[in-house]
Amino acid sequence: MCGINGIAALSTQIKISEKDVLSMLPALYHRGPDDSGVYLDPNQRIGLGHTRLSIIDLTGGAQPLHNEDRTVWVTFNGEIFNYVELRKDLIKQGHSFHTHSDTEVIVHAYEQYGDDFVQHLNGQFAIALWDSNKQRLLLVRDRAGILPLFYTRQSDRLLFSSEIKALLPQLPEAPCISPTALDQIFTFWAARSPNTLFEDIFEVSPGHMLVLENGDLRESIYWDWRFPEQGDYHQGSDADLTDQLYDILADATAIRLRADVPVGAYLSGGLDSSALVALIRRHSNAPLKTFSIGFEEQLLDESVFQQQLIEHLGVENSRILCQNSDIAENFPATIFHAETAILRTAPSPMRQLSGLVRDSGYKVVLTGEGADEVLGGYDLFKEAKIRQFWARHPQSEWRPLLLKALYPYLETSGAQAKTYLNNYYRIGLDKPDQPGFSHLTRWFTTSQCKVFFSQELNARLRDNAVNRLTEQLPPAFDNWHSFNRAQYLEAKTLLGDYLLCSQGDRMLMANSVEGRFPFLDHRVIEFANRLNPRLKMRALNEKYLFKQAMKNHLPRQILERHKQPYRAPDIPAFFSADPPDYVKDLLSEEKLRRYGYFDAKKVGFLLKKASSGSSIAYKDNMALVGVLSTQLCHYFFIENFFSTCSRSN
Amino acid sequence: MNMKKIIRHYIMENLLFTEDESVLQDSSSFLDGGIIDSTGVMEIILFIEETFGIKVDDNEMLPANLDSVDNLAAFVQRKQAQAVAA
Repeated sequence: MCGINGIAALSTQIKISEKDVLSMLPALYHRGPDDSGVYLDPNQRIGLGHTRLSIIDLTGGAQPLHNEDRTVWVTFNGEIFNYVELRKDLIKQGHSFHTHSDTEVIVHAYEQYGDDFVQHLNGQFAIALWDSNKQRLLLVRDRAGILPLFYTRQSDRLLFSSEIKALLPQLPEAPCISPTALDQIFTFWAARSPNTLFEDIFEVSPGHMLVLENGDLRESIYWDWRFPEQGDYHQGSDADLTDQLYDILADATAIRLRADVPVGAYLSGGLDSSALVALIRRHSNAPLKTFSIGFEEQLLDESVFQQQLIEHLGVENSRILCQNSDIAENFPATIFHAETAILRTAPSPMRQLSGLVRDSGYKVVLTGEGADEVLGGYDLFKEAKIRQFWARHPQSEWRPLLLKALYPYLETSGAQAKTYLNNYYRIGLDKPDQPGFSHLTRWFTTSQCKVFFSQELNARLRDNAVNRLTEQLPPAFDNWHSFNRAQYLEAKTLLGDYLLCSQGDRMLMANSVEGRFPFLDHRVIEFANRLNPRLKMRALNEKYLFKQAMKNHLPRQILERHKQPYRAPDIPAFFSADPPDYVKDLLSEEKLRRYGYFDAKKVGFLLKKASSGSSIAYKDNMALVGVLSTQLCHYFFIENFFSTCSRSN
Repeated sequence: MNMKKIIRHYIMENLLFTEDESVLQDSSSFLDGGIIDSTGVMEIILFIEETFGIKVDDNEMLPANLDSVDNLAAFVQRKQAQAVAA
């Protein structure tokens, strides 16, 4: 992976300067420490920049890169995993290559297929392509949203880059935090694409292409998560479908091992990363280095399961032991890289982990994100299924008891009285067909954190975030099975807007490490989306078909292990000892009032509660992390805008 | 401070995060008001156990005992009376 940036003229009056394009590069050096380059169009209509993390064709793949006659240029962040096959095919069709890089297939595929070139790519990518003959710029992002691409439109220029901090040197003043974005973060855990935390700064949405031509910017969707009408699923026996799933996963993994540098893997000890490591071992007997996180907090630690798999598959392993103090110490840098407010500290240990990868001499890891969304793994999907079942007989006493089977990892002081669970999960039960049904309980709980919003902030909110989302759902959504609807919402909100960016790309790239995601190969997604939902969740057995596919390759304990979602300590990370100075400062009454997003008195009560050690509630933990990370974003990107620009330099 | 006041004070500061007395009626349902979730219930139970020296049994974890200031106060009084009688 790498960093890309560029500036395009929106009118014929303006000329783009190389100096301006260069000014954006230093903020991307962590994404591409190995090399950098700039291309300036001879007519100065556009400048493209690149910082390189060399992974394929180490000597020859410098960017920005061009086609045969230098009329098509690209700056690209990512990998095209099927580049070997594409290259052969394009050469057969008369194209000449001057490098062995995967990047070069992009310019030739564009020459061959026009804007449809993207349909031929299997990979993860953020692409800026300039066609100088037609004077048009394409900005394209991969299907699932693995890699980032941000832009902002000024009166006469379009700026774009892999990270928001690279845009800052070209802004006349500090950006503003968007109230709408905060409202979305405190509902869905992330601002909804194309929004970012900041006003007037947007992202190219996953599966979208922006085309700039004659000063007009037009957007199209080339791919989206799609599910069949109910009943129109893959035909074939469970055994046949199991084999097909296994074969697609095996190939998705194999092509993601293509690199001119060593490739490692993340290993959490859960089913997904265990399966991934097993698939890698099936492909190659070469020694495999895996990387894991251990936690000081025993309830969150998965070391026992990690060890089982290390022994079973005979892989090497390095691990970090994450202590509460590590999270507190690293949190500001985590937010600086995430460039957004977040509600959990979970990204922070991921950044520590990529640091270990880097220190071990590795640039690339395979990782299991996406399996839950694609193959039906989350407890939220089980929860949604139970609630649908319960909705048929809302007065049933025993139907909701099924919910108790869901959360054995939750620490309780005793059995939860069913009435409390009932009342919580009953939310929306009267309307089981409403579009957001599956996610209402999570969005409701998260939204409770908005009690801390200041009057000022509340006065600036316009939309109801959930209503807005449901208005923007695709027309076919209502015809999908309820399980598929839940998957769609999860893929579009949590996966695309949060997990892949704040917890994924940003935490990897902070240490110049590339992550690769076999479960997000679009062939895996498209195949799995057409599976009958009962093959993803058979009764309450999650990822049923996936487990069938992997049952001969993994120890029974891993297959049968109850899902433990990855979590990191939140309030205890900051308050189990004396909180760091930055926490006391940014959560002080003075700073809270000055920045203006949160009610200083209410946050004061939350702090008192957190310091006393009596905060157990989810919402307290989310609220504290949400408030602190928002304050950090204001600190870095607004109050200290100019020093952040120079720091990036 | 009398018991109800202690409970009110706790709910106001730890669940509503405010000193504004007008936001909480003694009879207001915490569940209906959306101010509590399944993990928040545990906090209330820990609070009354530690503050009033009682033990909440599993089968007592019911809205009738825990879901408003009035219900909490009545429940704690009953439990304390039972402990004295025993």
